[in-house]
Amino acid sequence: MTDLLPLIVAKYNYWLYVILMMIGLYAMIAKNNLIKKLVGMNIFQTAIILFYVSIGYKKDATIPIIQSAHGGGHGAHEAAIHAADYINPLPHVLMLTAIVVSVATFGVAMALAVRVYQRYQTLEEDELRMRLSEK
Amino acid sequence: MHWPIDLIVLTFVIFCAIAAISVKDLLGTAILFGAYSFMMCLLWAVMGAVDVAFTEASVGAGVSTVFFVAAVFRTSRRTKD
Amino acid sequence: MRVLAFIIVCLTGALLLYGTGEFPDWGDPQSPASVHLSNVYIEKALEQTQVPNLVTAVLADYRGFDTMFETAVVFCAGLACFLLLRDFREKKERYYRHTPTGVILHVKDSKKIIKVGKEFAHMDKNWVPSDLIIKSVCRILIPFIQIYALYVVAHGDFSPGGGFQGGVIFGSSLILLAISYDLKTLVRRIKEKVLGIWAAVGVLIYVGIAAICMPMGGNFLDYSVLAPLVWDPHHVRALGMLGVEIGVGIAVTAVMAIIYINIVSEGRHEEGL
Repeated sequence: MTDLLPLIVAKYNYWLYVILMMIGLYAMIAKNNLIKKLVGMNIFQTAIILFYVSIGYKKDATIPIIQSAHGGGHGAHEAAIHAADYINPLPHVLMLTAIVVSVATFGVAMALAVRVYQRYQTLEEDELRMRLSEK
Repeated sequence: MHWPIDLIVLTFVIFCAIAAISVKDLLGTAILFGAYSFMMCLLWAVMGAVDVAFTEASVGAGVSTVFFVAAVFRTSRRTKD
Repeated sequence: MRVLAFIIVCLTGALLLYGTGEFPDWGDPQSPASVHLSNVYIEKALEQTQVPNLVTAVLADYRGFDTMFETAVVFCAGLACFLLLRDFREKKERYYRHTPTGVILHVKDSKKIIKVGKEFAHMDKNWVPSDLIIKSVCRILIPFIQIYALYVVAHGDFSPGGGFQGGVIFGSSLILLAISYDLKTLVRRIKEKVLGIWAAVGVLIYVGIAAICMPMGGNFLDYSVLAPLVWDPHHVRALGMLGVEIGVGIAVTAVMAIIYINIVSEGRHEEGL
């Protein structure tokens, strides 16, 4: 039992991300409404982004903006920059771009949903199948 | 990192996600999804990813909710599940 | 279907949970992601680029290619929305509003065309007059939002922010204008063509700054060779990043407005939400 607690503290974040991802995947597969499926897709996406950002986190480190540059004064105390003092910026960069792409794809998906509704007057998957087989 | 904040916000995020996909009104889904994005933004701010949090606050909680509401306005609020 | 979906999801989840056993502990400074390349960025970025915000430095300089095609993706999304939804056909049944009196005309004959101008305006079936309080509050708020967006773009080197965030905030100020007044106000002030041109110009600014580096004797996106062109050669890479971020901001602003206008009016650019 004493071994279990450090394990939970070290890993519970990852477990919750996996649960979030499962919610998104379930919505994508099982939900009937197209817009609900898109919400599931976005939840899946944010869960993965969350996972990536959490990889970059370091204990006892600060945000990735160099402190000494804000201090003012030209080279008054040019303290050496230690990598361990700053959170890893690389995952942030990758995920920042991913978020903006996700909103762009979300916009296109919404445009497609509006087109589908214009043509078939429904967004429910089973009704769409029925309309498609009628023709 | 303060793990109680992290845990509480993560729990809220999961509740928001479950609520967003199970509500039967799409406008409600839009609002819950905005709340979900904002909680996510808090989580990233706590994690020290300020740029990502800023992007999510403006993109996820702002513009994508607006797109969502616009699409619901042009389609229907009704959903079966 | 639901049971099958649940089983699939549970299996995937179980597999991933099993995989988390091999992960480094959460927040471990010695995790594999934080020991190789990122340390170089953290330690050298300020010295090489004079930009304290490491995320901006990596985004616009070290990984500039990534961001360039990212901007292209956003541009393509705007283009896709336009192509999917834009509808130039005239509607058969139309509604007009007589602006001074608020009388609504319903014209069923498609040949009878009322000239739209000062007196008459196109409108939707489900149009409602906008509220005075909302209008006034938004009119006061919008300029501040736009100034803030410009600040976010310009200050992206020193604090959280940058082209994407600033562009999205500026775009949402345009969307706020469309929501608080009506869509016509926005479309009349900023023509569709202008929005399209701005979206392309934003991408072009980015690619242009990157391409100018080549005749100056450097690689594509190597801002340091631009030093003779700027007033402050010491900060040349920071200035190059600022230029690139401005391009990104313009493109994102225009694309957000294009997507919103097309979705909310089903591509007709008449009155929407």
